[in-house]
Amino acid sequence: MLENLQRLIQLTIHLIVNKLVPLTHPWGWAFIKALIVVSLIMLAVTFVTLAERKLIGRMQIRHGPMRTGWHGILQPIADGIKLLCKECITPAEADKWVFLMAPIVSIAFAFVPLAVIPFAKTFFITDINIGLLFILAVSSVGFLGNIMAGWSSASKYSFLGSLRALALMISFEVPMVMSMVGVVVFTGSLSMVTIVESQAHWGWFILSQPMAFVIYVLCGIAETQRTPFDMMEDEGSLVCGFFTEYSGMRFALFSLAEYINMFLVAILATVLFLGGWQPPFVSWPLFGFLNAVPSVFWFSAKLLLFMFLYIWLRGTLPRVRYDQLMYLCWKILMPLALLNLMLTALFLASKMNILIFYLLNLLVVVIWLSIYAKTQAWVSANNQ
Amino acid sequence: MLLSGLSSYIPVLVFMAISGAIGFLMLLIGRLWRPSHPYKEKLSPYECGIEPEGDAWERVIPRYYVYAMLFLAFDVEALFLFPWAIVFDKIGWFAFIEMVLFIIVLLIGLVYAWAKGALDWRY
Repeated sequence: MLENLQRLIQLTIHLIVNKLVPLTHPWGWAFIKALIVVSLIMLAVTFVTLAERKLIGRMQIRHGPMRTGWHGILQPIADGIKLLCKECITPAEADKWVFLMAPIVSIAFAFVPLAVIPFAKTFFITDINIGLLFILAVSSVGFLGNIMAGWSSASKYSFLGSLRALALMISFEVPMVMSMVGVVVFTGSLSMVTIVESQAHWGWFILSQPMAFVIYVLCGIAETQRTPFDMMEDEGSLVCGFFTEYSGMRFALFSLAEYINMFLVAILATVLFLGGWQPPFVSWPLFGFLNAVPSVFWFSAKLLLFMFLYIWLRGTLPRVRYDQLMYLCWKILMPLALLNLMLTALFLASKMNILIFYLLNLLVVVIWLSIYAKTQAWVSANNQ
Repeated sequence: MLLSGLSSYIPVLVFMAISGAIGFLMLLIGRLWRPSHPYKEKLSPYECGIEPEGDAWERVIPRYYVYAMLFLAFDVEALFLFPWAIVFDKIGWFAFIEMVLFIIVLLIGLVYAWAKGALDWRY
């Protein structure tokens, strides 16, 4: 009996190691890399929540969590255990299966775009030739989790919250994609690896695409529903938005997905505009020694800087009204993104000096904002 | 040729499986651990402590649909821009003029929506 059991275990291990997950086979390698990425991102998310609470605390002249461990360093673990032990309530009128599936859809599609990101010089799970398009497509499926949650909860707050969030997300998706096209014109490729590599030649795209970067950052913050633009979590009018009815682990999955989406926006900003894993000043011979530092360090440094920007904005700015947000998206960012695209194409086709390009950029922004102000003044004068 | 191109998508499938499994696993662990004492008041939809009134799936203002349609038009436009952006280097000025015409046509659409008031959020 015992012998048989031992043989069975041996056989299972043999099967798993050699047949199902052959380490030498690309599948097995992809499996291990995926596990590494997922666990690292989970770890990072846990501690970014702590960093957020500490930093926001400091910005409001208080300490933030202090009791659990040294200066509250164990707080995320305590939070995790607390959420695990909490009761999960399914409202009586809810659409049960949709209600259950919503957090899983949210979290699953929050992770998937990470599959095509080059985290370091040689470390990426896979390099597909439509990388950027893949990321956009898959992260849009993540919105489905929100609308599922809002609709199935049978609560007015959830329903309204999800509608608002969805309208906001799809609106800001448009200028965001347009700003990315500006980068793609330079690289001539959608593969994330190629985009990072071509920045050694062109310089970081934040230098040649300043307008696109600003548009991207604004849209990214709106896409992830963070504080200046967090209409779905407008607790004054909507309690908690689309996950009002969720509690315990299901709630934890939603907030995890939200933080992973924040990471994704930060990662995309890093890869598209900030040079990915490349060290700064890479073309200057004086700074050649920076290449000796592992490339994953530069990647994470830029990533964390961007995350700090997120937390900083949350600690500093008040919430924007919904109609103002829609104005910003459709009437300012959207035409600016289109104009930026045309200017970029002109710049590349005519091979003009980059300084002239900057001046043109500045000119376009100033002219557009003054036209906008004029029309707004005209509209409000006519309404009265 | 086709299959060799698709082989780079296999890791994506592996990743999808893993990320889906994580959601299931976390909910499963929670299910084994947590208490469950439901009663009628606890299971009623949250409405700030007041008795919920009426159905949650009510009619909403049509403004959301207008934004959805605008999104559809302009997101498809963005998709058409990607192939243009990729081959831009090889075509040059001709591509530039083509794209300016394309964008101007869509800008007219945007101006029309603006003039009709589709972009104003009115309650």
